[in-house]
Amino acid sequence: MDKIERRQFLKLGLYTTAGVMMGSLFAFSRTDKEIDYKSPEDLSKFDWGFLVDTTRCIGCGACVRACKVENNVPDSYFRTWVERYEIDKNGRVRVDSPNGALESFKDDNFNEAEIVKAFFVPKLCNHCYDSACTQVCPVGATYESPDGVVLIDKERCVGCGYCVQACPYGCRYIDHEKGVADKCTLCYHRIQKGEAPACVNACPRAARIFGNLKDPESKIRKILNLRRYGTLKPDLGTNPKCYYIGLDMEVK
Amino acid sequence: MQTPDSFVFPNELHTTWTVMIVLYPYITGMVAGAFIVSSFYHVFGMEKLKPIAKFALVSSLAFLCFATVPLLNHLGRPDRAFNIMITPNFNSAMSGFGFVYLFYMTIVVLEIWFSYRAELIDKYLKSKGIVKKIYWTLILGNTTVNEYTKAYDTKIVTILAAFGIPVACVLHGYVGFLFGSIKANLWWSTPLMFIIFIFSAIVSGLAVLIFLYQFVHWLRRKPVNQDSYELMAKWLWGFMIIAVVLELMEVLSISYENTERWEVLRQLINGKLKISYVYLQIFVFSVGPFLILSATTLIKSIPIKIKNTMIWGASMMLLIQVLLMRWNVVIGGQLVSKSMRGFTEYFPGYFDKEGLLVSAGIILVPFLLLKLFDIVFPFFERPGEIK
Repeated sequence: MDKIERRQFLKLGLYTTAGVMMGSLFAFSRTDKEIDYKSPEDLSKFDWGFLVDTTRCIGCGACVRACKVENNVPDSYFRTWVERYEIDKNGRVRVDSPNGALESFKDDNFNEAEIVKAFFVPKLCNHCYDSACTQVCPVGATYESPDGVVLIDKERCVGCGYCVQACPYGCRYIDHEKGVADKCTLCYHRIQKGEAPACVNACPRAARIFGNLKDPESKIRKILNLRRYGTLKPDLGTNPKCYYIGLDMEVK
Repeated sequence: MQTPDSFVFPNELHTTWTVMIVLYPYITGMVAGAFIVSSFYHVFGMEKLKPIAKFALVSSLAFLCFATVPLLNHLGRPDRAFNIMITPNFNSAMSGFGFVYLFYMTIVVLEIWFSYRAELIDKYLKSKGIVKKIYWTLILGNTTVNEYTKAYDTKIVTILAAFGIPVACVLHGYVGFLFGSIKANLWWSTPLMFIIFIFSAIVSGLAVLIFLYQFVHWLRRKPVNQDSYELMAKWLWGFMIIAVVLELMEVLSISYENTERWEVLRQLINGKLKISYVYLQIFVFSVGPFLILSATTLIKSIPIKIKNTMIWGASMMLLIQVLLMRWNVVIGGQLVSKSMRGFTEYFPGYFDKEGLLVSAGIILVPFLLLKLFDIVFPFFERPGEIK
């Protein structure tokens, strides 16, 4: 084999390899469906908020069940739950939420004749504007998305539990199977597709309202403009984004 | 438990921070306290504490080596522990932990190395075979020792000790800050928390040194250095008074303010924490050692043997007191529901991953390590050794 042949052989080899590489790059980079990633600019057109009309809630627990199924919430932990408040004629308050109201409520309240006021209050992550959990996460695993949802990066979370301690609303827990923190995401996987969170969908009384706070035409914004509402523990400076209509002073 | 008069949020039925998080501040407290005691001699020139200074320093390292064990055992994902240094979120009070810890560890290791350099060289010269190689590595191959190097070593140790005091305070004050800055927790949230933690750290550091110093000398059937022993007892007396008074003043001021917060904490103190806080921490293990140490400090006529036993007993009681304090803070704070309407229960379990057996192991291992350290870094000078 003389020198020229060897050079030609090497050239051929080089071209073939390059061709195979280019081809495979093209072949493997193709996907069946284009993923529609929204840019942070697009996302920042939204500010997802939540509204609970406590006067409409009947304590059926459909929201709790829907959330559990949708998000695979471990037993005895809750991303959302419903509390029942009963106030008797002497001003005594009884609150309960048996298993988060997953199986609704039993008829085991105070003596009916004594109750002067009773109501239900659904709870979930408040997705605060100044959330304590985001502040305290030592590794930056908890963050606020550009569209205003407080989320957890489960690939980064170390499971220290500091956020669970910092949340004033008891909305977080450690998922011991995965060893990381978990909480309500407003069903981020659903709202990205234009669907409502599972609990909102499941509520038979439309007590849960979800929408874009930046959109003046959204239902949530219209109701907030019209009705009087409150938030939980406003004194803690977390600026919750879960608003309550008919909030009683007994609710904390 | 939910009763008609009590309600806790459903997620609060699980206690997130277990007894492991009780042990962490307990162990770092001893680390910081022991270091500060060694600095009393190195920086402030308290000659009476010379016999204990090295021992204090090495004890600090022994506890420091195991301070992170309970944390790692507690983390949901211990494999990601280094995320705290790789992707720290500096808005978080916890994120500086890795850096402070590492910085402090470096200071302690360097200080020990400079303190023991002359002795290690001596051991290197006297040893043979593989032991000689180990000592050669420890002294980094430098066998020069003379008046100049000794003076230089002392100078470096003094600088490191002086630098180490604020870092030791930061290390432990920081743990207090982690709790004190949680606004969601009624029992933790107070700016006084980190000050209380620093003083209780010094108490536990002094207590563990007195306890071990006497214990080791009993084992070796040798008398303790009475001057340094009594001086440490006096310091312990002083610091325990400050620590306990601070803690009680804190509760007093909350009760006097008489806000909604006190309404809840009153029930906590009179209920779930009645035994562990009121009876044990305050009455038995604070008032008890206070009376004992008052007697040993103020009454001159007590025979030395009885006096030393009293001091030893008081130091043991104060070690238990600080452990109870950590328990009452860490667990007590989590027993209060954020609904402000009830209290949860917590028992660690005996044989659980984060149970009592593992806890006992974690507390005992540093003491065994200390025994091992004594071989390489002898604490107490023996006749015939390099002075």
